Amino acid sequence: MIELETTEAGPSRRQFLQGTGAAVTATALTGFAASDTPAAELQPGGGGPVPAVGPGAAKITLNVNGRDVQTSVEPRVTLLDALRNYLDVTGCKRVCDRATCGACTVMLDGKVVYSCTMLAIEAQGKAIRTAESLYNDGKADAIPVAFARTDAQQCGFCTPGFVVAMKAVLEANPQATPAEVERGLQGNICRCGTYEQMRDAIYSLCNTKRGN
Amino acid sequence: MKNFAYFRPTTPEQAVALLEARWGNTEMLAGGTDLLTLQKQYIAQPARVVSLNAIGGLKTIAVGERSASIGAGVTLATISSHADLRRLFPALTMAASEIGGPQIRNMGTLGGNLCQRNRCWYFRDEHSPCLLRGGNTCSAIEGENKYHAIFTQNHRCVIASPSTLATGLIALGASAEVLGPQNRRRNVELAKFYTAPVGPNDREHSLAANELVTSVTIPVRGLNSAAYEVRQRQSSDWPIVQVAVAFSGGRNGEKATGVRIVLGQVSPTPLLSETAARALEGRPINEANATAAGRAAVEGAKPLGQNGYKIRLVEVAVKRALMLAAGLPRYWEA
Repeated sequence: MIELETTEAGPSRRQFLQGTGAAVTATALTGFAASDTPAAELQPGGGGPVPAVGPGAAKITLNVNGRDVQTSVEPRVTLLDALRNYLDVTGCKRVCDRATCGACTVMLDGKVVYSCTMLAIEAQGKAIRTAESLYNDGKADAIPVAFARTDAQQCGFCTPGFVVAMKAVLEANPQATPAEVERGLQGNICRCGTYEQMRDAIYSLCNTKRGN
Repeated sequence: MKNFAYFRPTTPEQAVALLEARWGNTEMLAGGTDLLTLQKQYIAQPARVVSLNAIGGLKTIAVGERSASIGAGVTLATISSHADLRRLFPALTMAASEIGGPQIRNMGTLGGNLCQRNRCWYFRDEHSPCLLRGGNTCSAIEGENKYHAIFTQNHRCVIASPSTLATGLIALGASAEVLGPQNRRRNVELAKFYTAPVGPNDREHSLAANELVTSVTIPVRGLNSAAYEVRQRQSSDWPIVQVAVAFSGGRNGEKATGVRIVLGQVSPTPLLSETAARALEGRPINEANATAAGRAAVEGAKPLGQNGYKIRLVEVAVKRALMLAAGLPRYWEA
């Protein structure tokens, strides 16, 4: 009989094999032996050399919908992927992944950005708001309510980006005209073509009659 | 995207010290709207990325009596809504307000816009032969070239210059402040900033790989100016043709002098059209003279197989930009 698992002293054969496998996988994936380098300081102090972060994962803190959350990401991870795949904040959607369609739109300090085209590591220290922030204490914000009432979505995949972009315009200027709100949506695309219903939603939010 | 080491310097000098003498291994990151897409396509594969976003000094705007200075890190949204810049330099702010959608304008920066890579789809497709990616042939010359250059003489690579701020800034006589290694500073007129690339070690501009644009200086000369672009969609799209103009006088029957007419998206670099300027110099801006300048602007154009249509667009864009700058009625919006 051969005892495969020795638990008394030193690592077991299984533990040893598991460990080696993980290291080999990590090397193959990143090209670097140390895949999980300790978190480096982001801000260099004074005029000394600037430290590198990565290419392994580094700890980051993001302020998402009013809450500080921590995770560990490689520098190449986009804000969108960090939110969706590391932090389970899935309101922002990945569609084109090329800064064109707007489904990934989030607010950064009140301004809309494409989270697919920003590094997560660069979003530290900013207030990030996703579509989830439009639903508080069991109550939806006026914008998603207007969308639901006017049937302003079909498949709904672009909707979180549209409502965030709309929120940014109306928050910056509560008196915005329908034309100004529409201008704020230039960076969002709906492939189902629900623009006319969205116009209805906008007009109801701006308290203006269509056609005025 | 290939993984990379990330650096976040806090001064321009620190940033320049992190750059390398050759392009490719280290890239600068500002708004990221161009770089990250290039990385996702494996067109850019830097092993090191130097973020410029913690450098406070790159984000200031200073408007003086004789000149204005705009930090390279100032966003397009800030430029397009800045009251003094809108009053003094419409050719710049009109173009800035038309770039992409709000997301792009909140992210993109002045320096990034000036130094962005071209939009040629063969360049951006890792599987197509392309001179700028080390290939020995340009796929666009005999291929799908409806969005490419129409002034193609002596160019082996027929990209269209992409920056819509460059045209306005050249028309306004602006220059870039550039920081290099050993604290070497130089000032480059934007009219001389751009070069046509021919190989993988070239960019669309004349910066060395270890140089950084820190700001752009625009002389305050009371010029009338404007930018006009022709595009397929009203929202979030690239122009097919863009024109920026600037001149002294020219309004209400007064003679226009110091006329500068710059064409974008029609040659590998922004094109300061001497023929168009000559057609207008010393004449008042009216519809007839603006039309004549438009015709002069396309003299010598040598379009490719699919983009002859751009010639007419340039004629019209020159005419409309001149009429906008002169405060004449926008007949095309009737």
